[in-house]
Amino acid sequence: MTDMPDTTLTSHPSHDSPLEVDTDDAVDYYTPGAPIGDTKAPDGPINERWQTRKFEARLVNPANRRKLSVIIVGTGLAGASAAATLGEAGYVVKSFCYQDSPRRAHSIAAQGGINAAKNYKEDGDSVHRLFYDTVKGGDYRSRESNVYRLAEVSTSIIDQCVAQGVPFAREYGGLLDNRSFGGVQVSRTFYARGQTGQQLLIGAYQALERQVAAGTVETFTRHEMLEVIVVDDGDTSRARGIIARDMVTGEIETHLADVVVLASGGYGNVFYLSTNAMGCNVTAAWRAHRKGAYMANPCYTQIHPTCIPVSGAHQSKLTLMSESLRNDGRMWVPRTKADCEKDPRSIAEEDRDYFLERIYPSFGNLVPRDIASRAAKNMCDEGRGVGPEVDGVRRGVYLDFADAIARLGKDGVEEKYDNLLDMYERITGENPYEVPMRIYPAVHYVMGGLWVDYDLQSSIPGLFVTGEANFSDHGANRLGASALMQGLADGYFVLPHTIRDYLADGPFEKVDEDHPAVLEARSAVEKRIEHFLTVNGTRSVDSYHRELGHIMWEYCGMERTEDGLKKAIDLIRTLRDDFNRNLKVLGTADSLNQSLEKAGRVADFIELGELMCIDALNRRESCGGHFRAESQTEDGEALRHDDQYAYVAAWEFAGGEAGTMGKPVLHKEHLVYTAIEMKQRSYK
Amino acid sequence: MNLTLKIWRQPDAATTGSMHTYEVDDVSEDMSFLEMLDVLNEQLNAKGEEPIAFDSDCREGICGMCGLMINGEAHGPVTTTTCQLHMRSFTDGETITIEPWRSDAFPVVKDLVVDRGAFDRIIQQGGFISVNTGSAPEAHAVPVPRDDAMRAFNVATCIGCGACVAACPNGSASLFIGAKITHLGELPQGQPERDSRVVNMVAQHDHEGFGGCTNIGECAAACPKEIPLDVISQLNKDLRTAIRHGH
Ligand SMILES: Cc1cc2nc3c(=O)[nH]c(=O)nc-3n(C[C@H](O)[C@H](O)[C@H](O)COP(=O)(O)OP(=O)(O)OC[C@H]3O[C@@H](n4cnc5c(N)ncnc54)[C@H](O)[C@@H]3O)c2cc1C
Ligand code: SF4
Ligand code: FES
Repeated sequence: MTDMPDTTLTSHPSHDSPLEVDTDDAVDYYTPGAPIGDTKAPDGPINERWQTRKFEARLVNPANRRKLSVIIVGTGLAGASAAATLGEAGYVVKSFCYQDSPRRAHSIAAQGGINAAKNYKEDGDSVHRLFYDTVKGGDYRSRESNVYRLAEVSTSIIDQCVAQGVPFAREYGGLLDNRSFGGVQVSRTFYARGQTGQQLLIGAYQALERQVAAGTVETFTRHEMLEVIVVDDGDTSRARGIIARDMVTGEIETHLADVVVLASGGYGNVFYLSTNAMGCNVTAAWRAHRKGAYMANPCYTQIHPTCIPVSGAHQSKLTLMSESLRNDGRMWVPRTKADCEKDPRSIAEEDRDYFLERIYPSFGNLVPRDIASRAAKNMCDEGRGVGPEVDGVRRGVYLDFADAIARLGKDGVEEKYDNLLDMYERITGENPYEVPMRIYPAVHYVMGGLWVDYDLQSSIPGLFVTGEANFSDHGANRLGASALMQGLADGYFVLPHTIRDYLADGPFEKVDEDHPAVLEARSAVEKRIEHFLTVNGTRSVDSYHRELGHIMWEYCGMERTEDGLKKAIDLIRTLRDDFNRNLKVLGTADSLNQSLEKAGRVADFIELGELMCIDALNRRESCGGHFRAESQTEDGEALRHDDQYAYVAAWEFAGGEAGTMGKPVLHKEHLVYTAIEMKQRSYK
Repeated sequence: MNLTLKIWRQPDAATTGSMHTYEVDDVSEDMSFLEMLDVLNEQLNAKGEEPIAFDSDCREGICGMCGLMINGEAHGPVTTTTCQLHMRSFTDGETITIEPWRSDAFPVVKDLVVDRGAFDRIIQQGGFISVNTGSAPEAHAVPVPRDDAMRAFNVATCIGCGACVAACPNGSASLFIGAKITHLGELPQGQPERDSRVVNMVAQHDHEGFGGCTNIGECAAACPKEIPLDVISQLNKDLRTAIRHGH
């Protein structure tokens, strides 16, 4: 989409002024904690920090690497790239995923592309511009040194992938092609038709399998990590392993190592319906959170405007239609409710409301994701949605290609959008060349995740977090084509350097399988499984998941209010009680049992959902992808409050009675910008 | 619509399985095939009968996790993945038979779930380009003719679902290997290891118990990504060249 102009700097200074909030809606729900900060990024000019850190990070000599073991949970871009690279370096790596092959991690589904500051188009791109766009796109809620590094290593990613045989799109001269994508004015997005994630992941997967053959990496497929093992070795508590369940035999396994990496992806499925794969979960991250890893900005969710709407109560997931469709499609709804049931082709031009063009005349259909999503939701809330009624509401708006077809011809449109329109027809049974497409926003990505420092280490020593599972690079909103970049940056080029500084102190003292910390983690897992199988209630796991999703979408989705969030917290607590007493999971613990797998994931989603609502309640400002109704300008636009909320909210698990959440502890990391000035967005 | 389903149930790899019959009512044509099975599973759970195990993850046709024999056809009657098949392809009152992939190299894990680990082991034997992280030259150092890059891409879209094997009367995975050989063989970066790649991957293929190819073509007909049959000719050609080179 087109770039947004900056309006002048709001009056809020970004340096070291104390962040005092005017009203704290969440005051009854949490305990204030000590501030935290990143201690790993070196001082000095931003463009020298990574080089300095790489130099200062201690080396591990090649002979010692064979004595150091690394567990990596996740084989998406972030996990597979790290496993391959650490294997090549000679460490002993164990790689885990819940699918039957590492190649199926959810990164495979990414469509649009991957950013890199190559400046092949000579259109003014640079590392600094990619850095600037990412911080600004994230609405000044990310950590600037991390983002700068991301932009800096982006160019090496493309070199690496090309050498691996990733078949990126090329120009006639044989050089790589680029397109402009997701809110920027330069063309820096590399792509492989609509299957960029697939091609990048296959590259990383093949590098991983090469290391399996070389004997440095061992893969554990159909294994679900259910607990992290934290061992106190006298002076420090360190992550030293995981408990995983073999999903085929049900065996509970202990895996020990010198260091643990979580690359377990995002938790968008807390909303039940999302564009994520069915198995995407928060369990790995949440189990670590319960053991002491802080969860940062959990309420930061990205909602994508162009997805195929829900068609009925049976819906199990939502499908993303590329954002690029908005370049030619026009979004509209009928002016009056009475027309909503009519065949759209019979609705006269003057009876249509092209709402984005009306509200945002200068950007029209190309406003950013969050604005388009919220406007579409407002239309449906007003009762002017189209398509089938689900639970009494029509949740859909038209995306109309009639003008584009008139201009470019049907062939022109077909060529430009490849198989997208066919995919739409296959799913909905409607031909988008004849009837306007129906779309609706859906949860797509989470910017929130486990808190990490510049080294990507969490608040538990020896537990590193990469990819969508961490929080660091995208602030309150992510630019298109930047998640793939982050996953590969973390795994190929960042973690392998920072983890060696940690491993330089190893090998750590051997931990036995009967160490109390191991036994405690194992028995916690076994008890939980036993519990799920013996509740013997009446409701299926899916029914709870669906209900949780409904609460989250309604009250912690695109638009949030104090009352709504408080209500959501009550509803979630009630749901949780019922889940504990009335769940019905059949089958056994010692076989493939998909209901049992889901039960563990949904239990963790319920707890996460509560924390997300508390986080959203605390943040009484509208910023990035999320809108707090209490914080808007006179004409209804998002209003950020840098003087009060320029912090990362890092939550520490507290734990209350009877296994409840208790009052989580809030640690604030004050965001300080030295290389960039904070500005408010404007789209009118 | 109302349907009768005949579904293969098998508790685990060691126990023999059998077909079971279920009725499912109120199926809407907008449901995907897997959503229809979700509905059935909810009904079974409510009745106290263990839900049917089947694989899926992305449910948008790209991860390759799903895969069922539907009325004897791999991924059913439409050229797409099982997760992208919709109930509007069926009619009210129909009886549908649902089985797992059938192949010696893909043992059944439970019900409709099979073990496709053999595919990973084939890739381990050469389905890659050996380049350590950080050692890559500048991406523009080697231009790649656009047509070569496109052909490489077209076959690199294989999702590793295994339908080709399930559809083949011989249980051969030649289409899967041919796709990988062609993907890497079309690119300049793939040349140095071209001979060893094909020899080692084919050896692993045979070792896993996949059958030989007799050019029947069922694989390409079943492939949801429309990988063309000519990748198998490419595979054979590369194999002959490698042998001529002394491999
Ligand atoms: C439809 C769609 C399209 C997208 N398109 C783009 C795009 O064009 N450009 C872009 O930049 N981004 C895009 N994104 C976002 C991007 O794809 C993801 O953010 C990114 O791929 C996440 O990578 P990851 O490696 O962090 O996690 P994932 O790829 O999600 O991998 C997670 C891994 O963790 C494993 N795992 C999880 N939990 C456990 C557990 N408990 N035990 C064991 N293993 C576990 C899984 O098996 C998997 O291997 C898109 C996302 C979606 C949903
Ligand atoms: S070649 Fe086709 S059928 Fe065979 S695994 Fe690949 S995508 Fe599936
Ligand atoms: S579930 Fe991913 S391809 Fe069908």
